[in-house]
Amino acid sequence: MAEAHDYKTIGTRPIRPDGVDKVTGRALYGADLNLPSMIYGKVLRSPHAHARIKSIDLSKALAMEGVYAAVSGADFPEAKHGEIGGEGGGDVADLAKNVMARDKVLYHGHAVAAVAAKSLSVADAALEAIEVEYEVLTPVLDLLEAMKEDAPLLDDHCFTKNLPETPDKPSNIAAVMQLARGDVDEGFAQADVIVEGEYNIPMAHQGYIEPHACTATVNEGGQATIWCSTQGHFEFRSMTAKMLNMEISDLKFIASEIGGGFGGKTVVYLEPLAVLLARKSRRPVKMMMTREEVFRATGPTSGTHCRIKVGAKRDGTITSATAWLAYEAGAFAGAPMGPGAMSIFAPYDLENFKIEAFDVLLNKPKVAAYRAPGAPQSMHAMEVALDDLALELGMDPIDLRMKNAAGEGTQAPYGPKFPQIGFKECLEAAKAHPNYTKPLPEGAGRGVAAGFWFNVGMQSSAEVHVNEDGTVTVIEGNPDIGGSRASMCMMASETLGVPYEKIRALVGDTESTGFSNVTGGSRTTFATGMAVVQACEDIITQCKARAAATWGMDADQVDWKDGQAVPAPGVNADVTPLSLADIAAKAGRTGGPLLGRASLNAQGAGASFSVNICDLQVDPETGKVDVLGFTAIQDAGKAIHPSYVEGQMQGGAAQGIGWALNEEYIFDENGVMENAGFLDYRIPVASDLPMIDCHIVEVPNPSHPFGVRGVGETPIVAPLAATANAFRAATGVRVNDLPLSPPRVLSALD
Amino acid sequence: MSKIKVETSINGETVEFLCEPQQTLLEVLREDLSRLGTKEGCGTGDCGACSVLLNDRLVCSCLVLAVESEGAEVTTIEGIAGENGLHPIQQKFLEHAALQCGICTPGLIVATKSLLDRNPNPDEKTIRYWLAGNLCRCTGYDKIVRAVQAAAEELAHPA
Repeated sequence: MAEAHDYKTIGTRPIRPDGVDKVTGRALYGADLNLPSMIYGKVLRSPHAHARIKSIDLSKALAMEGVYAAVSGADFPEAKHGEIGGEGGGDVADLAKNVMARDKVLYHGHAVAAVAAKSLSVADAALEAIEVEYEVLTPVLDLLEAMKEDAPLLDDHCFTKNLPETPDKPSNIAAVMQLARGDVDEGFAQADVIVEGEYNIPMAHQGYIEPHACTATVNEGGQATIWCSTQGHFEFRSMTAKMLNMEISDLKFIASEIGGGFGGKTVVYLEPLAVLLARKSRRPVKMMMTREEVFRATGPTSGTHCRIKVGAKRDGTITSATAWLAYEAGAFAGAPMGPGAMSIFAPYDLENFKIEAFDVLLNKPKVAAYRAPGAPQSMHAMEVALDDLALELGMDPIDLRMKNAAGEGTQAPYGPKFPQIGFKECLEAAKAHPNYTKPLPEGAGRGVAAGFWFNVGMQSSAEVHVNEDGTVTVIEGNPDIGGSRASMCMMASETLGVPYEKIRALVGDTESTGFSNVTGGSRTTFATGMAVVQACEDIITQCKARAAATWGMDADQVDWKDGQAVPAPGVNADVTPLSLADIAAKAGRTGGPLLGRASLNAQGAGASFSVNICDLQVDPETGKVDVLGFTAIQDAGKAIHPSYVEGQMQGGAAQGIGWALNEEYIFDENGVMENAGFLDYRIPVASDLPMIDCHIVEVPNPSHPFGVRGVGETPIVAPLAATANAFRAATGVRVNDLPLSPPRVLSALD
Repeated sequence: MSKIKVETSINGETVEFLCEPQQTLLEVLREDLSRLGTKEGCGTGDCGACSVLLNDRLVCSCLVLAVESEGAEVTTIEGIAGENGLHPIQQKFLEHAALQCGICTPGLIVATKSLLDRNPNPDEKTIRYWLAGNLCRCTGYDKIVRAVQAAAEELAHPA
């Protein structure tokens, strides 16, 4: 278990350094940069889900008073294939065609042209003046239909990847994946009980409250500056450079404050368009999506169809498990089938399993990452099946999971052996939690489920500047989406021994700090935090050298303790300790300013497991489900700022509950989303939810100086099944499909 | 299109502007007057990010035409803090970590002020229903509700 540490700052709950600006309206987000002579860009979107573009005529729009520029797919360089890594990655040609359609439109809302005009109203009028001729094609809208051999094709050049032999016919199945171990038939033969199920979950949106927005300027030398809301301005820069055939050094990206992302702001939509329009108009161009555009044309997460079969002995030991997982990619390849397949059995130590997964094209928006991409859907299937298994066996559902739980040394289904992990500790905490045993009101039900996410490391950079008065500025490259500046300052404070209040963190633009991958994969506090700690250690090394020079000693005769240089133990010297402020004040005489830096490709991200307990009640008259209580238990490794760790757990729980109970993309027979607004795509509001109780488990990640695991994504994984299992407990009726919205509930209870 | 002259009061300051008849108060605040603290999340009155007080009434400024603010008193997030610093509601949002990304925060603080001006001692259910028009996707509302409770307590019994 956790080694006890006596931390001064870590584990406390100070006020975030960017807080005052965010409660006073001073903080500037994607749509908040207004520049002199600025004009407005707007996008014309396809009215068809599947069509060939026969012609686009921009001339009438361009002739209008107050219209400065118009572009279509023809204004882009040829879309070259090539992979971009990272969470928002994929094939550049696909990303480019998603930003602006070329020969075909592949979903309702796909961008076909854009204009820049002196006002939003003129820009809207100009869009109406653009003439597009389409040859309408049959849309592919059903996941299982799309996989059939005779289905209409989205892309005649799409040949299924990862098959043993290259197929000779194109398909809507972009890729397949298989993971297996042992002998599943033999495993099922040993089973006393077998449960099976099929589970459908429709597309759902991240639902960040801030729509995508940016402002771009391009000077006469061709250099562009883009202010935008992004989870990763360095990756936005590489994507834009590749799409527009520009040098990376000619693009400067400034990350605004970001109004939520959850994975959805890891890919560009507007930025390359804004650069093209700004270049053509020679004016700053601001672009802002409407909410409707966000729903129709930015990445939701995949709708899925999962089939699962689990066999176990009487004592609960799982002998075999199989899963068949189909993921909707939307218009271009890249559904999260890989992480979905790799996570479904991750919490369990299984001898025999087989997982097949499919990445399927259909005429819906191209999916983007959404918090633990792929895992909520696949793990919903497993965690519901385990609930059925516990019922059949007459076992407590936590005991059943404990019987099969992965621990240190268990070989993960995706390959490596787990180092120290905290799943068993989460199960123990859930079993012991008073909310697990407290009496339920009449007619209510309680469900439990487990969650998991890998977490990632990837590249980060950080600089630490010590100011002349000994205060400290930390510069790093990860947009602060939920309090990461606070955690960076806290880790710097702990490392340097300087009070938290003396440290400020800022997110540098692409020209003022080193490369960092996206704020995503639950990596920021882990990986960028590690870079900040190393940059602080660089400062300490420099301070020790300067103190040594001042005292006429060798650097190894100096220690750094409580924010001061002191003689090392056993060094006999009559000197006054030198604080960071003392050293900073004389830096000019001891070698110049103190600048610490670090860059790394972080290894050893620690998987984070969770267990959720949900209590709910169902109104049989209306089919409405009321969540009465929700308890989130999760291994954080080490919670740097517990309030923001709880915030991740509570926010993920709310998103998961929303997905379980109400959220879904509803398409008509032409592929038009019928609920593209917050009124009809109903995310949880304050009156829908109870307080969400949190219990943070801390099993340290040995690869991080303070034991941090990522915490941001795991919280959304377990709520789907926890809610579905509570629904079954409350009603006695098992419903495998989500959401448990009133119409589905009423028909199930009928 | 000919523009219309409007005179209004924003956070106690008299402001004159010209606007198109279809422009919303939100658009004029943000795009013409650079009062950028009021945010747009939906433009259809469903998310509350653009909440302002119009003659002390809580409204979505995306559903108010700019011309409707003629002669009115508009209070935005920029008018909540005073000469002595943060309003207790703002302070409690910070202390309770009631924001993550912060985009819904200006609207929630304006809505909370409107609630506490009317009902200084709301129970949890009242808070949740009053704030049901302000969407937050990050927090799950737990810490927001606690911040509002703490702000009510602070306003009733200043420390």
